[in-house]
Amino acid sequence: MTPMLRPRAPTDDHPLTKLVLSLVAVGFIALFLLMPLVTVFWEALAQGMDSAIAALREPDALSAIQLSFTVAAIAVPCNALFGLAAAWCVTKFDFIGKNLLVTLIDIPFSVSPVVSGLVYMLIFGLQGWLGQDLRDHGIKIVFALPGIVLATIFVTFPFVARELIPLMSEQGRDEEEAAVSLGASGWSTLRRVTLPNIKWALLYGVLLCNARAMGEFGAVSVVSGHIRGLTDTMPLHVEVLYNDYQYAAAFAVAALLALLALVTLGIKSLLEWQFAGEIAATHSH
Amino acid sequence: MRKLAIFAAALSLCGAAHAADVSLLNVSYDPTRELYKDINAAFAAQWKQKTGDTLTVNMSHNGSGASSRAVIDGLDADVVTLALAYDIDAIADKAKLLPSNWQKRLPQNSTPYTSTVVFLVRKGNPWHIKDWPDLVRPGVHVVTPNPKTSGGARWSYLAAWAYAEKKPGGSWEKAKQFIAELYRHVPVLDTGARGSTTTFAQRGIGDVLLSWENEAHLALKEAGGDKFEIVYPSNSILAEPPVAVVDKNADRHGTRKVAEAYLQFLYSKEAQEIEAKDFYRPRDKDILAAHARDFPNIPLYSIDDVFGGWTKAQQVHFSDGGVFDQIYKPGQ
Repeated sequence: MTPMLRPRAPTDDHPLTKLVLSLVAVGFIALFLLMPLVTVFWEALAQGMDSAIAALREPDALSAIQLSFTVAAIAVPCNALFGLAAAWCVTKFDFIGKNLLVTLIDIPFSVSPVVSGLVYMLIFGLQGWLGQDLRDHGIKIVFALPGIVLATIFVTFPFVARELIPLMSEQGRDEEEAAVSLGASGWSTLRRVTLPNIKWALLYGVLLCNARAMGEFGAVSVVSGHIRGLTDTMPLHVEVLYNDYQYAAAFAVAALLALLALVTLGIKSLLEWQFAGEIAATHSH
Repeated sequence: MRKLAIFAAALSLCGAAHAADVSLLNVSYDPTRELYKDINAAFAAQWKQKTGDTLTVNMSHNGSGASSRAVIDGLDADVVTLALAYDIDAIADKAKLLPSNWQKRLPQNSTPYTSTVVFLVRKGNPWHIKDWPDLVRPGVHVVTPNPKTSGGARWSYLAAWAYAEKKPGGSWEKAKQFIAELYRHVPVLDTGARGSTTTFAQRGIGDVLLSWENEAHLALKEAGGDKFEIVYPSNSILAEPPVAVVDKNADRHGTRKVAEAYLQFLYSKEAQEIEAKDFYRPRDKDILAAHARDFPNIPLYSIDDVFGGWTKAQQVHFSDGGVFDQIYKPGQ
């Protein structure tokens, strides 16, 4: 009854309870996150490093890797730009329909990727609204690179904006208003005031966006057409190999995907560690 | 007139560049992955010899219904090689990319090879599954894909139906009851034949897989021989997976000639031998006889005799609200 007089532990729970809770948490993480990851690498190397590397050097695998990188290289910058613009709009200005815009940004998080793929099919497919016109002009959208890029952009739409909006709304508009009142143009306000304040959040958003862009399966599966060596991305190629009875090769490509994700997380942690002070300063809470 | 223009264009192209690079897109169904890998290599070699052109045949595999849908939606197939005629009818009907009489253009209903439906069971056949009635014994779990998306699954369904309707004392109503009972023994419906094979062979689910004959043989071969057995029921169905040039696409690409030659090649001795080796029943009598050991001679019902053709079978059994929708209640 004298909580003010002695330093308190975070909770009054029995030590045993705490131990059990911690074990459950660690066990859960090990079972659902660590074990699948270990399994992927284990299976990939089941027939040795050489055959795993050989699987990655197959023409179809190389083409899938190249396609995934190409798609990410287009989709991620698009979403970085859009995310920045949307966050800037939403946090620095007041306008009618602002809440609606914020809700719209979240749609790709709540809609199943398969549905988004089907929507593109309804618009650009041969039986869709624009299908026949596009074909008459020799333009390919679905079952080709543009469709895969569109589907990926849709699915990874919110990552950058969602990372930026909370930070920017917390930072408020004071600094920008000060800059403008001192005669700075809109462009130089963005470049010299806003961007330096949000660069870490922006980078996180881009990294997450990239990881998801490379890994997207559902939406891309609908619009890809599964032409081997042409429109199969890495995740689709994993499925192809698995169904071709090439289990080790399937896991080799899956391991490469997992490795890319781990590298992404590694870069993120490295940045956090390297620039801890600076990040704390911009996250002033 | 238009064909002539394209032919002339093709000729002039041939004249201008001696060894052109040509490519075809063959949109196929799930279990033909290995077959067309072999066929494509053989045909490309022959085409190179004949014309000097380097041919690449690109492949897209999916459940037959899904593949058909993709071509309707604009997947640019020069040729389709699907699991059953209805899926090509749908392309002719909904997208008008080829004439509705497509099946008359090549010999034997445009099916260079046939297959049937067999049972794949675990080694030693622990449930003693010998024929169709054994599938509905208490405790037996049957693996088969979803007839809505998979061609192989529709053939399996029809094979079971034909057995129950045509056996002594059988009738339409009794067949419906049998099918309803059969699907109560199915724990999971995959979208394609290969998915079901993986479910059964790799994940170890179920006691018997209703499978394409070629798919069962391949699973046996992949597993190394001592994990599974193939059981031939007392009768099954004559499965005819047809092939067709997709006229509008091939003409737009200027590939009609090579596309037609590619499908003709499937009937050649060389290709029939490859098909037999990959466990599809070749049309060629001599080659079939040479491989008779792989293809036991059991009575096979045809879809025309029992079901009045694919259009009718599809409408009665697999359309929305059809017999399959009436009898299949997941989780019961």
